[in-house]
Amino acid sequence: MKIHEYQAKGLFKDYNIPVSDGILAVTPDEAKAHMETLGGRCAIKAQVHTGGRGKAGGIKLASTPDEGQQLASEILGMSIKENIVKKVWVEKAADIAKEAYLAITMDRSSKQVVFICSAEGGVDIEEVADKTPEKILKFYTKSLDFPADQAKEVAGKLFDDESTADAVLDVMEKLFKLTVEKDTTLSEINPLVLTNQGQVIALDGKVNFDDNALPRHPDMLELRDMDEENPAEIEAKEKGLSFVQLDGNIGCMVNGAGLAMGTMDMITLFGGKPANFLDVGGSSNPEKVVNAFNLILANPDVKVILVNIFGGITRCDDIAKGILESYNRIDINVPIVVRLCGTNEKEGLALLEGTDLIAAETLSDGVKKAVEIAN
Amino acid sequence: MSILVDEKTRLIVQGITGRDGSFHAQQMIEYGTNLVGGVTPGKGGQEIHGVPVFNSVVEAKEAVQANATVIYVPAKFAAGAIHEAADAGLELIICITEGIPVLDMVEAYHKCKEKGITLIGPNCPGLISPGKCKVGIMPAQIHKPGRVGVISRSGTLTYEIVYALTNLGIGQSTCIGIGGDPIVGSNFRDLLPKFEADSETDAIILVGEIGGDEEEKTAEYIAENIKKPVFAFIVGHAAPPGKTMGHAGAIISGSAGTASSKTEAFNAAGVPVAKTLDELAQMVKDKLG
Repeated sequence: MKIHEYQAKGLFKDYNIPVSDGILAVTPDEAKAHMETLGGRCAIKAQVHTGGRGKAGGIKLASTPDEGQQLASEILGMSIKENIVKKVWVEKAADIAKEAYLAITMDRSSKQVVFICSAEGGVDIEEVADKTPEKILKFYTKSLDFPADQAKEVAGKLFDDESTADAVLDVMEKLFKLTVEKDTTLSEINPLVLTNQGQVIALDGKVNFDDNALPRHPDMLELRDMDEENPAEIEAKEKGLSFVQLDGNIGCMVNGAGLAMGTMDMITLFGGKPANFLDVGGSSNPEKVVNAFNLILANPDVKVILVNIFGGITRCDDIAKGILESYNRIDINVPIVVRLCGTNEKEGLALLEGTDLIAAETLSDGVKKAVEIAN
Repeated sequence: MSILVDEKTRLIVQGITGRDGSFHAQQMIEYGTNLVGGVTPGKGGQEIHGVPVFNSVVEAKEAVQANATVIYVPAKFAAGAIHEAADAGLELIICITEGIPVLDMVEAYHKCKEKGITLIGPNCPGLISPGKCKVGIMPAQIHKPGRVGVISRSGTLTYEIVYALTNLGIGQSTCIGIGGDPIVGSNFRDLLPKFEADSETDAIILVGEIGGDEEEKTAEYIAENIKKPVFAFIVGHAAPPGKTMGHAGAIISGSAGTASSKTEAFNAAGVPVAKTLDELAQMVKDKLG
């Protein structure tokens, strides 16, 4: 789960990581009022769940409250990578001397928690890593205790100034504490700045949570912003389905994530375009099938639906019952190609006999038939 | 031979009295797996499907000499179940449970590694050595004893591949689903040497998917270390970046982890990558004759 910068900074504050003062605004008038409260120059920052806000013109500096109002009116409502800006964070501008990068995330390869640090902050870190990998410093821990010795070695290098080492070390320790206590998959400060007054502050913040751990953090779940997520994907999650909207016209219903991706690939390979990724999961509940059809059919682009089931835990007859139930309850006005294989395949196919469904023998047969109809 | 499990494996089921654990315990027994007991705290002394239930893994190990366990307990308790099995000193732990927090897995993974225990999963279908031993949730009837090893990040996609192989008359030595999470106990590189050393495996199939760089690293590893023929299949070509495709580990971030980068890596290492499942099965058949 992703959260906004202002929410991340709220968490930073809770953990005593220094941040600039800021206030959230949803209208230009509010932005103006907040600037009057905060005093001095302020940054007006678009709050959307995507990177590249600065490049898109979603972050601007204002010298006066009137300018802040003007800039907020430009930023609110703008679209950044298809996300409409509904809120801006008005924050006291920092007097920046140096910018560094600090992040804590998971290294899949070594299965350890990794600290990623660089004196080259404020820019696209992937580009730095790509072009000048020597400028990225990393250290790892496999225990969930703060690796103080390794952190001490790096802390002074972030601003190339040993006098800042203690302050940086403190931020590292607190950010690690947040990571472990809140189960984040990414805790990032970019940039971590050194001000001309010698302060170290987190000027931007990005925190992503481990979805698997959210059940034990109900307070973090409250930070979820439904406006930033696809409504169909939210509905799917609530119903125990895994769904991702795509831009094609062949609706897909598959059991298992790998097979669902494999089915999408094959559709593409045969010249079609998948309308979605949908994993109905391992359960055999016919109700899930009805929900899945509802989700797929909510997309007006869908011209045909391909159901591809390889029954292991999932029983083909239950899927067939779900399909018949869907015909009774929903107005299905597109052809459905069905491929059932595995557990209780014969029982499933028998149930579907005499219906309008287009049966497919194999996965490639099913994909071919679906692509033909869609094109 | 086969790898990791065979007719001598003495398996227990952690969570044997739960809905999934109980159902699959019965399925495994019917397949002929040497299931010697189960564990559910507080239910020790009972019997289920003709095998004894114990309160702890230590008790089960002492009483029925278990050396392997398969875990079906809910996500909240699953990492604890891995720790318990590792502390009891079982040699092989297979964790079927999905939804375990990743930080919980960091600790569980390193404990198993330090103790020299093989951990498979979590969020995986398990493994099967056809005709000898089935540990997990896969449909047994699609498998056929033979000489091809399969390692896969996916569950149902693996069934599809096995089914295609079996239909062409190609049997399998051992098929392993390693799981779809960012942190899994065993990766391709942990399992490949076991197949390389197995006298009853002639060829190996790897089924990868988007996310992470394990496939890329595996390709390098194969070029240097594996002499047996290896074939690969990668899914997620049609997946958009930044979206998790069902498996927590299947997400393209930035330019890393795409299906094409993985395909290129395998090609560069001399590992043929099939475009379709049927093509994959045919490639193996052509090679093995």
